[in-house]
Amino acid sequence: MIYKIITKPEFRKFIDALVRQNLSYAPKEVDVDKNGEPVYQFKEVSSVSDIAFDYSVTASSAKHFLMPFKEDLSRFTFTDKDWQQDITYEAQPIVLIGLRACDISAVTILDNVLLNGQFPSPHYLARRKNTFIIGMDHLPLPDCFCKSMNHHTVNDGFNLFCSDIGDSYYLSINSSKAFNYLKEFEISDPTDEDDCKLIERRKLIKHSFKTEVEVTGLPSFLDIEFDSPIWTKWGDKCLNCGTCAMVCPTCYCYNMEDRPDTDLKGSARQKQLYSCNLVDFAEVAGEHNFRPKNGDRLKYRYYHHYLGFAENANQQICVGCNRCGRACLADINPKDVINDLRMEKESCMICASPSPPRT
Amino acid sequence: MQHLGFSHTKLKIGSFDFTCCEGCQLQLANHESSLPAFLELLDIRNFREISSERHDDYDIALVEGSITRQDEVERLETIRKNAKVLVAYGSCACFGGVNSLKNNFPLDQAVREVYGDKSVDTLPVRKISDVVKVDYSIPGCPVSKEEVERIIVSIATGSIISLPKYPVCVECKQRLNTCLFDLGEICLGPITRAGCDAVCTSGKTPCLGCRGPADDINFPSFKQLVSDLKLSRDELDEKLGFYNCFEEFRHDKS
Repeated sequence: MIYKIITKPEFRKFIDALVRQNLSYAPKEVDVDKNGEPVYQFKEVSSVSDIAFDYSVTASSAKHFLMPFKEDLSRFTFTDKDWQQDITYEAQPIVLIGLRACDISAVTILDNVLLNGQFPSPHYLARRKNTFIIGMDHLPLPDCFCKSMNHHTVNDGFNLFCSDIGDSYYLSINSSKAFNYLKEFEISDPTDEDDCKLIERRKLIKHSFKTEVEVTGLPSFLDIEFDSPIWTKWGDKCLNCGTCAMVCPTCYCYNMEDRPDTDLKGSARQKQLYSCNLVDFAEVAGEHNFRPKNGDRLKYRYYHHYLGFAENANQQICVGCNRCGRACLADINPKDVINDLRMEKESCMICASPSPPRT
Repeated sequence: MQHLGFSHTKLKIGSFDFTCCEGCQLQLANHESSLPAFLELLDIRNFREISSERHDDYDIALVEGSITRQDEVERLETIRKNAKVLVAYGSCACFGGVNSLKNNFPLDQAVREVYGDKSVDTLPVRKISDVVKVDYSIPGCPVSKEEVERIIVSIATGSIISLPKYPVCVECKQRLNTCLFDLGEICLGPITRAGCDAVCTSGKTPCLGCRGPADDINFPSFKQLVSDLKLSRDELDEKLGFYNCFEEFRHDKS
């Protein structure tokens, strides 16, 4: 890692040059909600003035740039008695600007799942290798809980990370490509004062969290609470709409369908990102459904996120961005579900030795 | 036609309209890029939007519209007898559609409002499955041509015929739309069957549920959402009733 300082006006010049020459996506204001708050999404930008550098959070994550919501994995061409399969891994180089530390951690988690497993995804690899990531730090929102998940800072998974130290950015340069781009702009070595500012900035971020989720020992809690009534309680609220998984930066489960062309001369094998909360996620042939109840499906989403699956060496995949919590119309969010789970456990202990009744 | 070494004959198809705007039939003549391939699958026996020929020997009957007159009942029964497979398509055929608003008023009052003193032969609006057996349903106002093509291809190749079981929210989030509830609207997206690619909500128009309820929807939670957000229950009822797709839920006053 190389550390440099760039003034904010010079940084804008650098970003402007970058986005004018590359297909780039960055936070943009797309709407104003009913409370007058701006809504942001990662959208295509063509100049630096398109970018909302002071954005709060994007409603959806950046995962679909690496793992599209829908993609054709292969094409089949049929001839009279035979067929041919064509697979291409074409990915246009893109620049992603303004990802938060938690979003970059999410990309690292996806790398781990999709590239380090037994069957690495060449489609993901092609996109990942052609993605240039510029991260930017931020002060946490009141409901961010990435610090609880230890994803409020990030050391890897980006090309360039920018920490806001007032009039300048403290740059962490993690790739030769980023360094070569930056060489054409005015950058300087950090002074002792800059280092102090960076430490102060990090301290400020660390101490600005208002939401904490106690995740110590959570995997075993989840294991023990398999039959807990809280799954039914929260499941009864769940709309089965899949919104949580769509906005999540790490949900990667998908459905696969073969879609024959209307002329029957070919077919596409189409992958679509799915959600374990959708009613037919665990449906198999004969319409048998292993998880017919909302509560069961919701439980497995929490199991995958906080207990982990073998694909990911049983690591938790939630980064604490709370996009699911913000987007959920039924008001289901990780903090409340996990706290409820812990409360329930504690109340069980109270039941075992009840306090004397008040008189 | 050859497909992977299997040959299949063209599907003998008829398309029929009842009380409706014929917009769904027009949709079938749309989507020009795949229209030649689509027509190549079919032997059109009876389809007034596409051909002036009229034959009664069809295997598949596509039926559009709702049933609102006695002569329609008789015509539909004949079609059912002629067809091996009957597909109801469009929200009118599948649910009664926007025509069903008539059922909210006494029949004579509805007739007087529109036709004055002229005598008109009319019945309360019914969906196709209220009158004859329906084999498959393709909902939507109008239907999505891609979906109709996909289902026709499934019939031609003998594959499983299915509609998405999940609600519109999935497709809406995939298009990065701002949730219309966040913009203060009542949207039926969370309870409506997907497959439309969230076309209305992408244009910031709340979903009116033309594709009917998704599988196993959580209606009590949806109702709770509308009341928690202090949105109008009357507006919700009006939206639920718009296409007559949510009859089993709408009158739940709990």
